[in-house]
Amino acid sequence: MQMPQPDAEIIARKPRVLARLQEVLPPDAVISEEAETRAYECDALTAYRCPPMIAVLPSSTQEVSDVLRICHEEGVPVVPRGSGTSLAGGALPTADCVILGVARMNEVLEVDYPNRVIRVQTGRTNLSVTGAVEADGFFYAPDPSSQLACAIAGNVAMNSGGAHCLKYGVTTNNLLGVTMVQMDGTVVELGGAYLDAGGIDLLGVICGSEGQLGVVTEATLRILHKPEGALPVLMGFDSAEVAGACVADIIKAGVLPVAIEFMDRMLIEVCEDFAKAGYPQCEALLIVEVEGAPSEIAHQLSLIKKIAERHDPVAMQEAESADQAARIWAGRKAAFSAIGRVNDYMCLDGTIPVSELPYVLRRIGEMSKQYGLAVGNVFHAGDGNMHPLICYDANKPGDLEICEEMGAEILKLCVEVGGCLTGEHGVGIEKRDLMSHQYAPADLEAQMAVKDVFDPAWLLNPAKVFPLDASDTRRMAAE
Amino acid sequence: MIRPEAEAELAEVIAAAEGPLAIQGGGTRGVALDGAALSTAGLSGVTLYEPGALTLVAQAGTPVAEIERVLEGEGQRLAFEPMDHRALLGTTGDPTIGGVIAANVSGPRRVQVGAARDFALGVRYVDGTGQVIKNGGRVMKNVTGYDLVKLLSGSWGSLGVLSEVSLKVLPVPETEATLTLSVASPETAVAAMSAAFGSPYDVTGAAWAQGAVSIRLEGFAPSLAYRAERLTQALATYGEITLLEAEDSAARWAEIRDVEAFANMQGDVWRVSVKPSDGPAVIAAAGQGTAMLDWGGGLVWLCLPEGTDLRAALTGIAGHAQLVRGRGFPRFQPEPPEVAALSTALRAKFDPRGILNPGVMG
Ligand SMILES: Cc1cc2nc3c(=O)[nH]c(=O)nc-3n(C[C@H](O)[C@H](O)[C@H](O)COP(=O)(O)OP(=O)(O)OC[C@H]3O[C@@H](n4cnc5c(N)ncnc54)[C@H](O)[C@@H]3O)c2cc1C
Repeated sequence: MQMPQPDAEIIARKPRVLARLQEVLPPDAVISEEAETRAYECDALTAYRCPPMIAVLPSSTQEVSDVLRICHEEGVPVVPRGSGTSLAGGALPTADCVILGVARMNEVLEVDYPNRVIRVQTGRTNLSVTGAVEADGFFYAPDPSSQLACAIAGNVAMNSGGAHCLKYGVTTNNLLGVTMVQMDGTVVELGGAYLDAGGIDLLGVICGSEGQLGVVTEATLRILHKPEGALPVLMGFDSAEVAGACVADIIKAGVLPVAIEFMDRMLIEVCEDFAKAGYPQCEALLIVEVEGAPSEIAHQLSLIKKIAERHDPVAMQEAESADQAARIWAGRKAAFSAIGRVNDYMCLDGTIPVSELPYVLRRIGEMSKQYGLAVGNVFHAGDGNMHPLICYDANKPGDLEICEEMGAEILKLCVEVGGCLTGEHGVGIEKRDLMSHQYAPADLEAQMAVKDVFDPAWLLNPAKVFPLDASDTRRMAAE
Repeated sequence: MIRPEAEAELAEVIAAAEGPLAIQGGGTRGVALDGAALSTAGLSGVTLYEPGALTLVAQAGTPVAEIERVLEGEGQRLAFEPMDHRALLGTTGDPTIGGVIAANVSGPRRVQVGAARDFALGVRYVDGTGQVIKNGGRVMKNVTGYDLVKLLSGSWGSLGVLSEVSLKVLPVPETEATLTLSVASPETAVAAMSAAFGSPYDVTGAAWAQGAVSIRLEGFAPSLAYRAERLTQALATYGEITLLEAEDSAARWAEIRDVEAFANMQGDVWRVSVKPSDGPAVIAAAGQGTAMLDWGGGLVWLCLPEGTDLRAALTGIAGHAQLVRGRGFPRFQPEPPEVAALSTALRAKFDPRGILNPGVMG
C-alpha cells in the first residue's frame, strides 16, 4: 500500500501553521510534540502507521471552523478523526497533515422523546448515545460491534452498520441532520429533526463520504422505543451451504428477524474459547434474533425452528433468559477480539448476494489452501455482508503482503458475483486501489466530481477512497 | 416524444441533445417542463428478482404496477409505500419505478421503515453529458465509495436520467389492523400519535384526517391482537378506539397515502415536512383551508386557497414546504445560500449544459 510523498514544503512551514492554530485553540488542544502525535499514528488498521505533523482537539463547531479555515489558507491537508477504530485506515495520517479529532465534542445537545430524536456532538461514542436515552426506554439502533469505542463522527463518515441493521437499517437510515464544516471553514446545516430534506439529498452523500467532504460536528439521530424484549436462537448445521439455504428460507417465509449472524467452525471454536458462550461444535452456526413480547417471540421462534428443522440442524438452542441471550451475543460480539488473541488478522468486509454464499465460502476455502493462510468467517448473513478474517503472522516477513494479496482476491470475487468491496467498514486506504474493480473510470469520476464541489483543493483526507492514480491530477493541482 | 429503447440509446440521445430535455416516466407526478419530451417508457422490465435476498432490479421505465405484481407473487412489497399522485393531481399514465426513485416518493410507512431513497440499493443513470454511470449495486449493505444513489434519489432528474434501479424489498406481513379514534384538535392528535410511536408496539403508520386518528399495526395475527390490545389501553385517555381489520385497514391507508380527501377539493396543495410536534403549529400558521397529518404529525398536507403564500406564514418553523399542486410559487423550499451553492455546483458537475429538467427543483 502506497501513500503520497509528504509535502516537504508544508512540513517546513510547521512552526507557522502551529502558531496560527495556537491562536484559535486553547494550549492543551494543539499537539505537536512527536512523543504525543504518535498517539494518532494509526486507527484499527494497525499495519499502517504515520504520526501526523500536528493534531488538534477542538471543542466546538466554531473551533473546528477556525482550524479548517487556517489549514485551507495554509494548504495543509486535514484528516478528521473520531475514535480511531476504522478498520480501513480511514483515519490514517500523513506526515504533512493535521489530524482533527472531535473526541472532546461529546455532549448530548438535545433529547426529544415526543419527536423521537437526539442531537449530539459527533465525538460522542455510539453506545453512549443509547446510554443517554436508555433509562427512558429508547435506543439508537445502529450498533457496530465497536460501539463502546467508536464515535458518531466515524459512524456517519463510514455509514456504519451493525448486527441489527437487517431490521433497523444502517447509519444513513437513522441520520436526520448534521452540522458540517467545509474545508474553507463554512458551516452548513443539512436536514434536521424532520424527514426527507427538500432539495438534493446532500445529507445522503455526506453519510459514507469518509471524511472527504466536510467535518461533521453535530448530528440529529433518530431514536426508537425499545421492543419489550428480544431473544436469540442458536442453530448449528453440517455445512455452510445448508445454513445459507436456511437463511434464505427464513427470509422468504416472511419472518424478518432483527439479526441473522453466521459463524464457521474456526470462529465458533475461537469465540467459544474466549467467551464461553456455550456454542455447539459444528460447521456453521446461525444466531437468529427476534423481538417483541414473550408471546410474540415464542410465535416467531416457533416459525423459525420449523423452517430450520427442514434443514436437519445438528444443534438448536433457544435462549430462555436475558442472561443466556447476553452470553450468546457475547461470543459473536467478541469475535474480532477473540481471534486477535490467537493471531494477527485482517478483517475483510465484502458484501455478496446471499444466494452466492455457498459458492463464495467454497472459493474462500480454496484460496486459504492456495495461499497457506487460515481464514475464519463471521458475518451478517441476512444481508450478505461477509467478514472473512485472514490470519497471518506480523513478525514473519512477507506474510502481511501475502495476506493482502489474498484479501484482494476475495474482494474481487465478491464484486464478480454481484456484490461489493465493503459493506460497512469503508474504503479508506485498504480497498482504495481495488475501487477500479467495482467501478469504471467514469463512475469514479462522478464520485470525485462531488469532492471537487465540497473540497475543490482536495485537502480533506485526500489520499483515501480513490485509487491514487485516479485522483493524482486533482491532488497535484491542489498543491 | 423521444423514446429510447435501451440505455445506450438514451446515452446517445442525451449526448446529442441541443437543448433542454423534459424527462418523463409515467408523467403522473405533475411536473410540466419546457424542453423536448424524453420518455423512459422504452426502458422497461424487471431484470432480476431474488426473493430470498430481498432484492429486485428493474429498468427505470418499468411501471410500478408491474413491479408490485411481480412482488405480490412472492408475498413481498415495496415497503416504503409509494404514493400514487394521479387522483390528487388529475394526471393519467402509469407511474414508473424510475419516477418513484427520482422523486423519492414515499408514503405513510416512511416514518417507520424509511423513504424510497432508503430502499434504493443501486442506480444506473445517464448524466447530462451522455455518460452512463453506475453507483451502489444490488446488495443490501454497500459503503463502497460515495453514495450517489442517495444523491440521485429525489433529484427529480436534474442530475441524471435513471436507466435502472435496484431495490430492497420486504415481505408482506401476515395481516394488519388500524386503531381509530375521533380527535378534534391536531395537538391532541399528535400527542396520541407520539404516545403510540413512543411505545414498543411497532407502529407502522400514524395519521390524522377528517377528525380521526389512525394508527396502523402489521405482523402475525397473534402478535397483532396482542399489540392492538395493549395500545388500546395505552391510548384510552385520548378517546374511544375502534379497530379496522385487514381490508378495511388497508383501504384506510390507501386513502391516506394518496391524500384522496384533497382530490376533489379546490385549491393549492402543500406538503410540509417538520418535526411532528410542529405539525399543529403549521396548521395554525396556515390559518385556513383543510389539513391532514401523516408521519405522526411530521408530514402536514394542506389544501389552501389558490395563491396562498404558505412559506411566508411558516417562518421560524424548521422544515420544508413543497407545493405539490398549484402554481405561483417555487415547488421546492428555497435553500439557505450556502446549501443552494452546493446544490447548484453539483448540478453543474452532473449536467454542465443544464439540459436535464432545468428548473425542476427551482
Ligand atoms: C473490533 C471492531 C469491530 C468493529 N465492528 C464494526 C461493525 O460491526 N460495523 C461497522 O460498520 N464497523 C465496525 N468497525 C469499524 C469502525 O468501528 C467503524 O468504521 C466506526 O464507525 C469508526 O468510528 P470512529 O469514530 O472510530 O472513526 P475513525 O476511525 O476515527 O474515523 C473513521 C473515518 O471517519 C472520518 N471521520 C472521523 N471523524 C469525522 C468527522 N467529525 N467528520 C467527518 N469525517 C470524520 C475519518 O477521517 C475516517 O475516514 C469495527 C472496528 C473494530 C476495531
